Amino acid sequence: MKPTAFEYVRAGSLDEVLTVLEERGDEAKVLAGGQSLIPTMNMRFAAPEVLIDISGVTELRGIEVRDDVLRIGAMCRHVEVLNAPEVAEHAPLIAMAMPNIAHAAIRNRGTFGGSLCHADPAAELPACVLALDARLNIDGKSGPRSISARDFFLGTYMTCLADDEVLISVDVPKVMSENVTFFDEVARRRGDYAMAGLASQATVRSGFITDVRLAFFAVGEVAVRAPHAEQALQGILLQDMDADAICSAIADDISPFDDLTTSGAAKLTMMQVLTRRAVESFAKQGAHA
Amino acid sequence: MTGPLAITITINGEPATRAVEPRLSLADFLRAEGFTGTHVGCEHGVCGACTIRVDGRTARGCLTLAVQCDGLEVETIEGATGNGCVADLQDAFIENNALQCGFCTPGMLLTADELLQENVSPTRTEIREHLSGNYCRCTGYQAIVDAVEQVARQRAERT
Repeated sequence: MKPTAFEYVRAGSLDEVLTVLEERGDEAKVLAGGQSLIPTMNMRFAAPEVLIDISGVTELRGIEVRDDVLRIGAMCRHVEVLNAPEVAEHAPLIAMAMPNIAHAAIRNRGTFGGSLCHADPAAELPACVLALDARLNIDGKSGPRSISARDFFLGTYMTCLADDEVLISVDVPKVMSENVTFFDEVARRRGDYAMAGLASQATVRSGFITDVRLAFFAVGEVAVRAPHAEQALQGILLQDMDADAICSAIADDISPFDDLTTSGAAKLTMMQVLTRRAVESFAKQGAHA
Repeated sequence: MTGPLAITITINGEPATRAVEPRLSLADFLRAEGFTGTHVGCEHGVCGACTIRVDGRTARGCLTLAVQCDGLEVETIEGATGNGCVADLQDAFIENNALQCGFCTPGMLLTADELLQENVSPTRTEIREHLSGNYCRCTGYQAIVDAVEQVARQRAERT
């Protein structure tokens, strides 16, 4: 259980990261917290020739409150995001998700950007940025670009990042007073990979629910929205929300497949249970709004 | 190119400058330095036996490369034992039979201590959740939770 030999570069600046990525292309891997990459290398599922350690790159750090968005640096460790008052205030969905991410020792090293770029289908953060319609800021030798979370994830462990690109930061739209949010997952124990999970946000105006985003994880190749179920909630009066109809719509959206521990049928049931909880929570939050 | 790199890691307060291969894990590095209380179990971040502190926070020794810790402070169970910061936990583990083979114990102690620093009166559920990344194959966890709960009470009484 030891990785193959590799070359190690500790980058001092973003420019250095981009230069090495340009020179080495797919031989290189960016090392942030290493909490997914190192085990993958220990098991020799991955054997990059060079690791570029970005932990010392200041441009990738920090949490910044901007006009409409909260900007979270890719190199922010989970523990920083978990404890940041700005995240609790402006992105409560992410704050709710954080304690569910792995274990304390992993959260002390693992990073926000690393989790997104790893694109594990059972990870919490891809579903969160999907539900929040966040934008991911990327840089590469061909220039910077910004991409919607909807277009970032391509499949299991696959994103639209090119070999010479690196994730810089994530812009999360700030929560508004009329937003309602819900996060929950079903896992055997705290810190285990979820068997099914739901990150969601909606808007309640004059008692009507709109702009519903239901993002499920651990139920397919990648975190996924449920458009039929969202439509079944759209424009409905809070007190008229029909959990049965929404739950049956979910079966039209997603057919989870079996994984090593959980059957697809069980996952579908869990998704419906989570959706019921979300609907109840929306009704409660909306009543107080 | 993949040859050794010179790094300096402060281990339990003593700086050590060594040339290490990039692929050497922090856990293997520490063991080679004689700090064999850092136990290597699963080597993919699941079991928690290699838990150590990096700059004051717990980390997995198997998921951290030694080269990543250049310039950082690392504390092992030997250091925590030497400075007495986990002495009450160690006493409580013995008193409650919270260990048998002892393989998980160094990681359990450092993880429990981190919980108690952040949460002075955790519930049993919170203790279990915080320790969920540390496997024990002997005790069934009940006695470990008892020990941590007892120390939480003792520390609260002391302050």
